[in-house]
This record gives sequence, structure tokens and C-alpha cells, in this order.
Amino acid sequence: MEFLSELWRFMRARKKFWLLPILLMTALFGGLIVLTKGSAVAPFIYTLF
Amino acid sequence: MRILGISAFYHDSAAALVVDGDIVAAAQEERFTRKKHDAGFPHHAAAFCLEAGGCDMAGIDHVVFYDKPFLKFERLLETYLATAPRGFRSFRMALPVWIREKLFQKGLLRERLRRIAGGEAWNGSLLFTEHHQSHAASAFFPSPFERAAVLTMDGVGEWCTTSLGVGHGSRLEITKEIHFPHSLGLLYSAFTYYTGFKVNSGEYKVMGLAPYGEPRFAGLIKDHLIDVKDDGSFRLDLSYFDYCTGLTMTNGRFDALMGGPPRKPEDRLGQREMDLAASVQAVTEEVVLKLARGIARSTGERNLCLAGGVALNCVANGRLLREGVFENIWIQPAAGDAGGALGAALAACHGIAGQPRAPRHGQRDLMKGAYLGPEFEQERIEAGLAAAGARFETLPEQQLIDATAEALADGKAVGWMQGRMEFGPRALGGRSILGDPRSPTMQKVLNLKVKYRESFRPFAPSVLREDVAEWFELDGDSPYMLLVADIAEKRRRQMTAQQQALFGIDKLNVARSEIPAVTHVDYSARIQTVHADTNPRYHALLSAFKARTGCPVLVNTSFNVRGEPIVCSPADAFRCFMGTGIERLVVGNCFLRKEDQDPALVQDYKDRFELD
Repeated sequence: MEFLSELWRFMRARKKFWLLPILLMTALFGGLIVLTKGSAVAPFIYTLF
Repeated sequence: MRILGISAFYHDSAAALVVDGDIVAAAQEERFTRKKHDAGFPHHAAAFCLEAGGCDMAGIDHVVFYDKPFLKFERLLETYLATAPRGFRSFRMALPVWIREKLFQKGLLRERLRRIAGGEAWNGSLLFTEHHQSHAASAFFPSPFERAAVLTMDGVGEWCTTSLGVGHGSRLEITKEIHFPHSLGLLYSAFTYYTGFKVNSGEYKVMGLAPYGEPRFAGLIKDHLIDVKDDGSFRLDLSYFDYCTGLTMTNGRFDALMGGPPRKPEDRLGQREMDLAASVQAVTEEVVLKLARGIARSTGERNLCLAGGVALNCVANGRLLREGVFENIWIQPAAGDAGGALGAALAACHGIAGQPRAPRHGQRDLMKGAYLGPEFEQERIEAGLAAAGARFETLPEQQLIDATAEALADGKAVGWMQGRMEFGPRALGGRSILGDPRSPTMQKVLNLKVKYRESFRPFAPSVLREDVAEWFELDGDSPYMLLVADIAEKRRRQMTAQQQALFGIDKLNVARSEIPAVTHVDYSARIQTVHADTNPRYHALLSAFKARTGCPVLVNTSFNVRGEPIVCSPADAFRCFMGTGIERLVVGNCFLRKEDQDPALVQDYKDRFELD
């Protein structure tokens, strides 16, 4: 819950509510990837992290 | 007020403890875990900081993390969105890491802090500073200046890649930023990748390679890759780069422009790579100079503070000093992300907690010579060495200095571990391998038999501060080895026409000065001035070497082999001593000769570490 409230405060502070649907899709999509994949190790690319 | 700064989860994790504005301790996690650029939570480094500060987590008022994960995620999302569908593969690979861990960093941090607190929940205040705010704070607050312009440059933080600001007393204000994807650090990293080195660790090799080449690609870079304005602001042409959407730094268009594919790691280095290195170095220097001139004009300040990974480019720093854009320059010794831990703590101390910054009265800086890491008492050193099976003798101070100076004058490679470990990427006489700079073979011997690294790489000199102007074209402090200057004219040797005609690495085999081991092919040297007040024992050693040889200079390279973090403990030092061609080891007051050691303890050390 704390995470969601912070995310909400972040979007308010940055005035980026348009990110909300993208975030929802990302969470759905990401959840699927995480559930269907064993490893969360990404390759070492400079800007990914 | 006690503030613990943390940098982690990207590369070069570190912790730093600031107590009432005083920097008490700082260390990188890699030194404890022995894993180069360790990105994990800095458990050991934080535990060390607490021990050094004589407190536990209950005594910590604030913990400050060095960047803002939500802002970084926002950058990722918007970048992928702007480039979709091209970045889908990279997006798919990045997402699980974020969904599992990085988005929930606050909870993760609290959980890790609980472990340090011995399982007790830690409910103190957990703060986050922006990445470049951390860098800027690490540059200005410990600096010797009451007021200064501040310039930070690196690959990327959240959005910011370059920031300009002004510091005055306890106030630090960022006035201008350049945002991702336009980044001087990433341009340099693109060439690091293209010349066959590892991004994020091979940048200093590109810098070392540059003097062997001619900047014949500089025009091409400025015509096609980067558009630099008069005030130093710049934009990259992203059609040549792959880092926004792909899994490499550059793309086919970049290859076509530069006339070929990237060099494969460990392939032979040719003149082309040297010319590429010289070119990106020349362009970087031009941009840094323009940025500095721009900020000098807009702020009217006479002092400049630098931090961020690009500030580790000591060749550009030296040029900045020589060009006289600012009267004084100070560079944070831990300018990379490790220093973000310190900057985060200092930003919170002065910016959030509102603690006043002590007035400056002409003193040097507050970094204590960067000797902020762990130190070992003589009893612990002896116990550690004995447990490792070492044979040593314990000498009184003066005898120890004399024996070490004698060994160095004899041309021996000496491992030197004294006092507190350095914070930042440079060994400054706390964890160093030392040699005689007058020897024409020392550079090659150290590179190939001691450090097991590429033969083109130069070594840096340590010189008594009081003698620096006698040997180098520099008459100021450079305690952190972050300024490059030329060898003094009178110390150089004339080259024959035949020697002058040599190309590339062949140039290196020619003795170009009285101290050839630390003279790069362009007569430059990355200088460390040694000061009696911050490292008296190292100062005494240099003085003893000077008394014997007339030379107040030593070769100083970090105490490690290629790919290994710098040694931390006596046991690390002994292992490295037994695995390499180091002939004498001096730890505290213990003096070790290689020939006295049990041959059964010699180990194959070279292949133990992944090459960097």
C-alpha cells in the first residue's frame, strides 16, 4: 500500500498522470514475464538500470 | 547528527558516514566482498562505517540513498515509449528486474538496514536524493572553497547527464541540466565499447590509449555524432547509437561512419583504436572546456568543483587547469557512483537537516586525503599474516622506512599497505604497489609480471608536494591523482629522429625522461602530490627514497591485479603478494621478503579474476 501511495504522490508531483495506464499495462505485462520466467537477471546495459 | 549515505543496485556500491558535517568513514563494498564493481547492497561497507563511527543503526538519524528509483523508472518508460517498438527486446529484459526489485527499493532498503541492525526493525528516516544532486554535493561540500561553481558529468542518473550549479556556504543550487539521452559520459562509453573495452570500467583504458594516437576521427565525431554549442551544451545524433533501445552502445550506422565493426575484446590493439581513443578524448576535452567556460561566464565564480564519472578523466581535468578558465579546481576523489553515497549524506546534512557548513579558512579539503576506509592495528596485522602462513619481521618505524626505500632503490616492486584504505578508485599510498620510476624497465615489468594487464597502460607518479614543481609542469596540489601535467622540461630526454618516428606502443619502450616508468608517450603524467599531514608515513618513505637517490618520485599503482578490487585487509595483501611478482610486502610495521616465504603458498592468481 505504501508503495502505491508513493507512486501516486510521485505522479502528482511530476504531473504525469498519463503514465498511469502505461504503468498498469507494464505491471500486467511485467507480472506475466516474471511469472513465466525463472530469472530476473538482465544483461549489463548501461542505461537499463 | 549522524547520516549514513548509501549507493547501491547499479555499480560500485558504497556507504559513507557523516557526523555533524564531518566525514567519518567511507568505503566501497567491492573491497570487502572482493567482487569488482560490486552492485549489491553495501552490507560490509555500512557495517564498517557504523563501527568507525562508534554507533549502531539505532544511532543513525537519517539514511540517504543516492538516487531516485521512481524517476529512473519514469525515464525508462518514456524512453521505451518514445522509441517503440524498436526497444521491445531490451524492455522485456529490463522489466523483470524492475518489477521484482527496483521499483520497491524503499522496502528493500529497509529490509537490508534491518539486517545491519541485527534483525531489529529500523524505523529512522530514509531519504532519497537525486543522482546528480549527490554528485554535486560530493563535489562542493567537502571542497576547500567557501563558494564555487559546480559541474557534474556522467553517463546518466535519473534523467540528468550533466548538471551545472553554484555552491555558497551551506547552499547548493543546480541551475542547469542536460538530460538523457544526450550524455558526454555515454558518448565516451560508446567509444569504450567500440574500441573493445568494457563499458563502465574500460573508460580509463581509452584515456590511457589516447596519447598513442592521432585525433583523426575528431572532425567526424563533431560533424555527425555530437553538436556542441558555445556554452558547452550539446546534443547527440541518436541514429548512430543503440543504447536507448538495444543491447549494445553503438549500431551499424556508427560502424559505417567509423569505417568498420567494433574491436572484439582482447583482440590486438591497433593504431586505429589508438586514433579513435585520441579522437573521443579530444572531443571530450573540448566539451568539458566549453562547459567550464560557460559556467564561469554565467556565474562569475573563480573556483570550480567537479564530480561524476567524467570528472575521473584526469587528462581533461589537467587541461581545464592549464587553460586557466578557473583560478582553482577541486575534484571529488570518489567522483564515480561510489562517491554518490558520500554526496547523498552531505546533501542531507546541509540541505535537508540544515546543518551549517564549517567556514573555510584556507585549509585544503575535508576528505582527509581520501583515507576514509578501514585500518588495521599492528596486532591484527601480525595475527592476520601469521594465520595466512606469512614469514615476516616487525621493524620499528625508521628501520621500516629505510628497508623499504632500500628495496625500492634496488629496483624491487613493493606492496605497501598502511593506515586507512582509500575511498575512490585510486590507490594513494594506503594500498599501493610501489616501484622505482627511474628504471627504464619498471613500467613493462609491473604491467606484465605484477599487474598482469595490458602493456600500453601507463603508471602514475607519487611526488613530495614540496618537490612537484621541480619534476612536473605543475605547482599546486593534486593529492588525489586527478590531474595530468607534463614532466618538467629539464627532466625530459631528447629523442632521436628514429625514436620520434616510432608509432603506437613502440613509443613506450623509449626512455623519455629521468623517470621513464611514469612518463607517458606524450610526456604527461597523472600526478599525486604527497602531503606530510595526510599521509606522514608515505611522505617519510618518499623522503627516504629521495635521500638515497635524489629522486622524490615513486611509481604508485593500485595494490591489485587486473580485474581484482584493491586489497583491503592484510590477508588480501598477502594473497596478492604471493600470487604476483611483488618482491617485498610492507604491512603496518611488518616487512616481508618474497624469498623468505613458503613456496607452497605461491598461488596461481592471474586467472582468478574476471578481466575488466
